[in-house]
Amino acid sequence: MQRYQQMFSRLAAEQRGAFVPFVTVGDPGPQLSFEIIKTLIDGGADALELGIPFSDPIADGPTIQNANIRAMQAGVTPAISFEIIRKIREYNADIPIGLLLYSNLVMARGLDSFYSQAAAAGVDSVLIADVPLHESKMFRQAAIAHDIAPIFIVPPNVDDDDLRAIASYGRGYTYLLSRAGVTGAETQATMPTAELIGRIRAYNPAPPLLGFGISTPAHVKDAIANGAAGAICGSAIVKILEQNLQQPNKLLSELKSFIQQMKAAT
Amino acid sequence: MSELKLNPYFGQYGGMFVPQLLVPALKQLEQAFVDALQDPAFDAEFQHLLTEYAGRPTPLTLCRNLSPNPLVKIYMKREDLLHGGAHKTNQVLGQALLTKRMGKKEVIAETGAGQHGVATALACALLGLKCRIYMGAKDIERQQPNVFRMKLMGATVIPVTSGSGTLKDAVNEAMRDWSATYDSTHYMLGTAAGPHPFPTIVREFQKMIGEEAKQQILKAEGKLPDAVIACVGGGSNAIGIFADFIKDEGVRLIGVEPGGKGIHTHQHGAALSTGSYGILHGAYTAIMQTSDGQIEESYSVSAGLDYPAVGPQHTHLQQTGRAEYVAVNDDEALAAFQHLAKAEGIIPALESSHALAHALKMAQAATEPMVLLVNLSGRGDKDLSHVHSILAEQAAEQQTSTTEGAH
Repeated sequence: MQRYQQMFSRLAAEQRGAFVPFVTVGDPGPQLSFEIIKTLIDGGADALELGIPFSDPIADGPTIQNANIRAMQAGVTPAISFEIIRKIREYNADIPIGLLLYSNLVMARGLDSFYSQAAAAGVDSVLIADVPLHESKMFRQAAIAHDIAPIFIVPPNVDDDDLRAIASYGRGYTYLLSRAGVTGAETQATMPTAELIGRIRAYNPAPPLLGFGISTPAHVKDAIANGAAGAICGSAIVKILEQNLQQPNKLLSELKSFIQQMKAAT
Repeated sequence: MSELKLNPYFGQYGGMFVPQLLVPALKQLEQAFVDALQDPAFDAEFQHLLTEYAGRPTPLTLCRNLSPNPLVKIYMKREDLLHGGAHKTNQVLGQALLTKRMGKKEVIAETGAGQHGVATALACALLGLKCRIYMGAKDIERQQPNVFRMKLMGATVIPVTSGSGTLKDAVNEAMRDWSATYDSTHYMLGTAAGPHPFPTIVREFQKMIGEEAKQQILKAEGKLPDAVIACVGGGSNAIGIFADFIKDEGVRLIGVEPGGKGIHTHQHGAALSTGSYGILHGAYTAIMQTSDGQIEESYSVSAGLDYPAVGPQHTHLQQTGRAEYVAVNDDEALAAFQHLAKAEGIIPALESSHALAHALKMAQAATEPMVLLVNLSGRGDKDLSHVHSILAEQAAEQQTSTTEGAH
């Protein structure tokens, strides 16, 4: 998880924020997915957030649900996902790689075995969408034991008790939700005020990255102007995939140009 | 993080595995529930609705003709006679009162067979709440009369086409909706499953089934039954009739899961019979899953039991050995459905027919006197066209094979 610290130090020296794209691993198929993730890196991503395909993604809107379905239909399992991630780690030794997934995939594999495989594949952080603070103990302990950063979500309705706990348990970065609801570019981000981000930062958590509804360079710029350490963008990227499934070359070139624009806004 | 008021676990099962965003809404619900239990005015209003509106207490009927064995008496707790046609009405009235207590004006719900949807719609009509109900597209097809009932009572029915288009996917959509609307909206979960505090709330608002039945059977028999039998999908009618008997250790508690086309096929909904545990819809419990942890699609002839998980308290009761869980397949349930209609003039829900089928098996095998209490959790009106077409199909198949045999 040292890769996050290195990234944030580098960005601080550059006086810039982080741009972190999200895709579902294996969407739309293992080979193209590898090319897609390489393109995210080549386009200027500071870190990666990668989903492992799951049958029942309750925190996701239709765009990322469909990405999960495409990957599963292409036969992508957690084992194949780890294989793709291992290849990405070989391609780039420095970029922080975060996983975003659902708890049953971790439970089915067994906690120790899951985190150990993630570490072996070169993963730096794990965010489990359906594990809130109350249920996080065994997951965060297993993460730390394998030198993986447990990531916590700060929702807009967070209270001070939770902020204190998140600051104490979280490592790597803190996932700041721009709004309620599920993932998706259909509902735009609501920019948290500089006061709210200031209040969160007063607890000194791992640097906050803003996610949910981030779909334009202006969103990235506003997030950083208001005090976030960067922004995470998922559905807007997955939409580029969805619209170009039959034209892989066009997909990769459109994707690269979108990532470059988003990074330029940091 | 602030502490919870109630234990979210039953042994090691249960919990609150939801996105952080939903935790405040669940805590608010827990607080409202804890306060309501302390408030005599809440109980008075709940009891008033149950008696004057829903028709409690429901009768206990001793079957005259059903039992195949003179040694065995079969009693049925008649939740089929409750307003709305099933036990679902009980807990929905309780949750609707909690909704008002929290100052919320809208309700979302999921439904499988449509019974919880109908119950939600009637409670919302009665108490002036606006409701939208998520229902799998496949279930909408096989439960048309209930869809019409919901709409008549002012509910909006939203078809869910993602995944298998059944109850599991309807729950997913309801949770997605709730994560954007929890400020103004209550999620009226329909069974004793899901994240804490739902399994506890639903049990508390269904436990009158067992409390009444116990008094009624004591009056009729002067003793407790030998076994209490109920069907288990998510498990609300079963936990409702079991709860008051858990401390009576001489009484066997038997939950009957949907065996579909057989529990050795993949086409069933018998989560407890698979012995596989994981997290679905907010709880750690028995679930149907692949070795990778992907949730499997369940199957049952009865839409209300077609769910790949079960409430966490049932998993705990199974693990501690206090309750037993068995599976009954589609054909056995269909036979019991017809048998009750012919023997007693009562058409049961296909869900409840699973419990009856198991009671009939026990009765056939009995060599000593035995008193069985079956929860007749709902009536079969909603299933008439579905069963009609299955029986017509079976008759046609039989005719074909007979004709072929003649050649």
